[in-house]
Parts: sequence; C-alpha cells; structure tokens
Amino acid sequence: MKSLIACHECDLLHQIQSLPSGGSAHCVRCGAALYRHRQNSLDRVLALTVAGLILFIIANIYPFLTFRLEAQIQQTNLLTGVIELYQQGMWIIAGVVLITTIVMPLLQLIGMLFILVPIKLQRRPWKLAILFRTVRRFRPWGMTEVFMIGILVAVVKLVKMASIIPGTALYSFLVLIFVLAAAAVALDPHVVWKQLD
Amino acid sequence: MKPSPLTARSASLISCHSCHQLSKAVPPGKKFATFCPRCGARLHSRKPDSIARTWALVIAAFIFYIPANVLPITNVISFGKAQADTIMSGVIYFIQSGSWPIALVIFVASVFVPLMKLFLLSFLLISVQRKSQWRPKDRTRLYRITEAVGRWSMTDIYVVTILVALVKLGSLATIEAGPGAVFFAGVVIITMFAAMSFDPRLIWDAQESNNEC
Repeated sequence: MKSLIACHECDLLHQIQSLPSGGSAHCVRCGAALYRHRQNSLDRVLALTVAGLILFIIANIYPFLTFRLEAQIQQTNLLTGVIELYQQGMWIIAGVVLITTIVMPLLQLIGMLFILVPIKLQRRPWKLAILFRTVRRFRPWGMTEVFMIGILVAVVKLVKMASIIPGTALYSFLVLIFVLAAAAVALDPHVVWKQLD
Repeated sequence: MKPSPLTARSASLISCHSCHQLSKAVPPGKKFATFCPRCGARLHSRKPDSIARTWALVIAAFIFYIPANVLPITNVISFGKAQADTIMSGVIYFIQSGSWPIALVIFVASVFVPLMKLFLLSFLLISVQRKSQWRPKDRTRLYRITEAVGRWSMTDIYVVTILVALVKLGSLATIEAGPGAVFFAGVVIITMFAAMSFDPRLIWDAQESNNEC
C-alpha cells in the first residue's frame, strides 16, 4: 500500500516512482498532478515562510495607500478598509476581507513555521499531522493575490479624481504575494506527510 | 470490451482526501467512521453526499446572484447627493471613461466567472447524474478550472474595501458599501464551497459501471 497512490480526481491507482529533480507525476487517465519532486523542498519553504512573516509584519505596520485631494490627506493601512466597513454596519464583508487577506495568510505562515521547524529539528510534537491537514485545508481561503488585483482596480478608479501615494506596506505586500506563491510551488506536501508518518 | 481500470475503490482501498494515504476500506454493511492513520482525517471513498450538497450550494448561489447584481455594491455620497452603483454600472463607468482593460477585469471576475462556474457545476452534476460517457477527461479538466478560478471573483469585494478606506472626505465625498456587496461575497463563498463539495471521481465511476455491464 505504501508504494501506491490513488489519483485524487479519478481514483485510479498508480505505482509511486522516483522522479528526476524538479519533475512531477500526472495521472495517466485524467491528467491530474499526483506528486512532484522538489529539491530541498523543506528548506526552501522554511526560508520563504520566514521571509513571508517579515513582509507580513511590515505590510501591517507601515502606511498602505495615501489618498490626497488638494489639502485633504487620507492615510490608510491594511486594516483601515476592514474597520471602515465594520463601522458602516457591513460586518459580514469586513469579516470576509479580514479573514481572506489577513487572518488566513498569517495562519498559513505561522502554521508552516510550526510544522517545518520541528521537522528540521528532528522532533515530532503532538498533533503535527492535524495542524498540517488544517493548514492545507484552509489554503484556498488566503487571497492575497486577488486582493492585489482589487487594489489595482480601485487605484485606477480613483487616480483621476485625486493622487494616490503608495506606501511601504503596499510594496511589502506585493513582494509577499510572490513569496507566498514561491512557497506554494516549492512545497511538496508528500515530503511533509512522509516525515509525519 | 475494455477491462475495468484498477481504482482505489475497486481494490477495496480508500485514499485519504487530505494526505492521499491509502487505507483498507471497511467492508460494506459495517457502519462506523474510519479515520486516516496518518493525518486523522475522516476517510471517505467518495466525498459524502457530493451531488446533493453541490446542488444545494449551486442553487443557493444562483439565488444570491440576483440581488448581488441588482442591488448597489457602493453608494457614493458627494455634497449630500447619493449615487448608487451596481456591478454592471461600475463596468459601464469604466468603459465610458476609456479604461476598458479594467472594465474587462471587473466584468470577467464579477459577472462572467461566477455565472460560468454555476453553469459548469450544473452541467457536471447533470452529466454525472445521467451517468454520461461523454469525454470524462475534458469534464475533469472543466472541474479543475472551476475550482481554480473561483477565488478571483473576490476582486470586486476588495475594490469596495479599498474605495471605502480611501474616500472618506466628509461632506465632500464618502463611499459606503451597499447591500449588493454582501450578496456578492455570498455568491463567491458559496460557489467555492460548491466546487469543493463536488467529487470529480463520480465522473469516472460512471465510466467503470458502464464497462461492467
């Protein structure tokens, strides 16, 4: 049973084979990605996770966007929109935005740190598998890259009526998106599962 | 006639939905929950009640889609005058002001993608219920697209968030989120759950049951 894997999209059984570096295996019947080989997967993901956490902190401290219309200046940070929506009584939207752009990305980063550091230290703390399962499950709900498109559209909409000044947090957030994407690509979940077996 | 391909289910194995570890299936008739020995997730050969759950979510999303498009998603209050904008009026505004790439982004993300997702999922559900033999590989691909593209619809909610955060100039101009935004966020979240609850293995089960008889 250990040498077999079932396609998660069509249930066909496959023999697990060793892959060349950087290679990936696909289901012969439906074409779904089954598993892949990434060099130093865990080290890379750990490095990117630490970088991501630093960028996340910067993105939450510094000003995000500044809106200037003649003498009026409106400085915002990442949370301003959420707070403003909440005060308008739109707590559902405020909650959705808070969860998808701040809570979930942060939980992904902290969760991966809690998983990868013990593995690196050759330790197997209690319930690590449940944590990794939870982190994987909530992954689609972190939407930082979608948020960036939203920012772009909003800025284009406003740029005709006022000047918009990007802040340090915006640049940091932009880099964070690439770091998160790189971490997602570098991670081979089966390597982690094998470690937790 | 082709021999039936060997799937986890036909080999009495269950692949864990979360970590893909194979476990021996509990013999049919015995009714107790089993859990993956590696990651602790509940084991199912197929996602439970996949068709019923996905239909329920698809229908709910269709219903939410109407107020999401009819009700305003933003209210611009300027010098005491309020102007309500729906998703489509936002798209039209961008076309008229000449920034048609942005109009296209909003139209695709907010109007086209949610509707396409709902029609694709309905099509997949009907085809599975009719045990269709039609191009299973392409239907699996359609499912993959549906699952991947859903989160991008959230764009408009984020646009509203940024507008609300930036435009607070008192009586000069203020932007407020409208009730349409709540329904629209509902459409995006419900369709994401719908895509997650659909099991593409059902597409392939129909191929195998046809081979047997």
